[in-house]
Amino acid sequence: MLAVDGISVRFGGITALDGVGFTVEPGTAVGLIGPNGAGKTTLFNCLTRRCTPDAGTVRFEGEDLLALPPHAVAGRGIARTFQNLGLFPRLTVRENVMVGAHSRGRTGHVAAALRLPRVRREERELRDQADDLLRRLGLADVADHPASGLPFGTLKRVELARALAVRPRLLLLDEPVNGLSHGEVGHFADLVRSVREDFDLTLVVVEHHMGFVMGLCDKVVCLDFGRKIAEGSPEEIQRNGAVIEAYLGVAA
Amino acid sequence: MSTITATLGTDRARRLRAALTVLLAAAVAVGAPFYFAPFQVFQLTMVLLYAVALAGLNLLVGFGGQISLGHGAFFAAGAYTAAVMLDQYDTGHLATLPVAAAGCFLLGLGFGVPALRLRGLYLALVTLAFAVFLPPLLKRLEPVTGGSMGLTVDKLQPPAWSGLAEDQWVYLVVLAVTAVALLLARNLLRSRVGRALLAVRDNESAAEVMGVRLSLHKTLAFAWSAMFAGVAGCLYTWVIGFVSPDSFSFVLSITLLAGLVVGGLGSLYGPLLGAAFVMYVPSVSQDVSEAAPGVVFGLLIITVMFVAPTGLAGLPGRVRAAVARRLPRPAAAPDRTPEAASAPDAKPESQSASEPSATDTPADPAVADAEPVGAPPRTEKE
Repeated sequence: MLAVDGISVRFGGITALDGVGFTVEPGTAVGLIGPNGAGKTTLFNCLTRRCTPDAGTVRFEGEDLLALPPHAVAGRGIARTFQNLGLFPRLTVRENVMVGAHSRGRTGHVAAALRLPRVRREERELRDQADDLLRRLGLADVADHPASGLPFGTLKRVELARALAVRPRLLLLDEPVNGLSHGEVGHFADLVRSVREDFDLTLVVVEHHMGFVMGLCDKVVCLDFGRKIAEGSPEEIQRNGAVIEAYLGVAA
Repeated sequence: MSTITATLGTDRARRLRAALTVLLAAAVAVGAPFYFAPFQVFQLTMVLLYAVALAGLNLLVGFGGQISLGHGAFFAAGAYTAAVMLDQYDTGHLATLPVAAAGCFLLGLGFGVPALRLRGLYLALVTLAFAVFLPPLLKRLEPVTGGSMGLTVDKLQPPAWSGLAEDQWVYLVVLAVTAVALLLARNLLRSRVGRALLAVRDNESAAEVMGVRLSLHKTLAFAWSAMFAGVAGCLYTWVIGFVSPDSFSFVLSITLLAGLVVGGLGSLYGPLLGAAFVMYVPSVSQDVSEAAPGVVFGLLIITVMFVAPTGLAGLPGRVRAAVARRLPRPAAAPDRTPEAASAPDAKPESQSASEPSATDTPADPAVADAEPVGAPPRTEKE
């Protein structure tokens, strides 16, 4: 489904990614792990066209992703969440989710200004879909609340709802349980598992919480200083010497 | 499920209330010219046409998060388009409106291109340059624009069948155009397009990841905004019947921006309040002090910004929230703690009554319903 091949990204003298390649099969969940600064988020940014690699290719279902303009990625069925939340703080929770459906809407500027019947219809549909998603994720009560000022765990779910509103086939989660309490991590993992099933998603997850990654993912890729140092099933990764040295560490 | 039916109920009640308010406002607006003296009617007409310009500026600054110090120039472009058409080609008033609108739309589209690369102060400077350079240009193009003497054209005349006085007719025409313009702006903002604009304002990269095409929405926001200013300029020519380069100095651009901020950025009826401010406050300050109207004007702006940092439009909500906070209402207190926690730079609790935060909105659904943005803009913290 997704094939990343030999991508390198350099920022000035720093090589953030150095010839990283891996594949993601449909329906699987792939975990990206590695110490801070290993290039995980940069890799995500390449996948969503936030930055352009200096070398390498990224193909999504056979199509060259790097040839797409950034705004077209969502339309292909790729959505993501952000490491430190990328919500629109002054929009309500429902509006945030409705922006997620932007790529599926048709309404242009003139039609919107005239509020043609089809604009009303589309608005109603998008609103209903957003409300369905909000109910599904237990957010119906805060639908009209601005997205700022809600508890962090709730905002994480809002962001997930917004990403699901894209109707993605590939969902990229950037540190989804970072900053959540122990109990919330468990709930969020269950939530991700259930939406993955319901929406038939393929996942790529960047996360430092090893319990979350190992419990969710079918395959784990470990990066260090922009290089892939290991790839394999969660069990293989946990035993891998290079990963233990670079990232997991050993009990003292 | 019960919450949904409850929301439906309040939704209908809210819609009914909104409809009644609109009807009442329409009745007052249409009745006004038959009640007030001609000069007062003229002043109201000016308020309406400024409101169109401010609604356009609001689209760009309040909702789009961009800034323009050049809207006086778009206003002037609209006014001169109308004046030149009337003067040279004798086209009749109505024909000038679409031409001024289209011309300024294209002009705005052109200015939207630098707006893609520039932000904040840099964009403000580019647009300010436009506002500064336009009046001298108008003076130089004497054969067309009449140079520094300006152009005198016919005002809008009432048709014989109407039996109305000139000021009344002009007022009603301007009212109609204003109503249409404000309706268009409102429709635009309450749609996929409006949401995209707000999303770009709040978080550009997240908006793009959601599929919002930044270049398209940003340039079109600029174009719409310029078009509204141009329409206001065209109405100005209809009402005043005279244009000169000195009527459109860059001070006009700054006054418009100040009016918008005072009226309420990102609010739907803020432009109307701001327009009243732009129209009446200079003459009021003239009354207060012959010698220094500018000082009085400036002091008034500062006062408003202290008392109502979210603009006049946000004032009722803030007052209600402040009153609610004073009253003993322990049940509401826990609701607000997350907001207080989310604003690390917030002032101490004791001062929170004068603090412009999103706190006002959740405490008061009526405000949220008046403003589709969700929360009043936090002007102070931007």
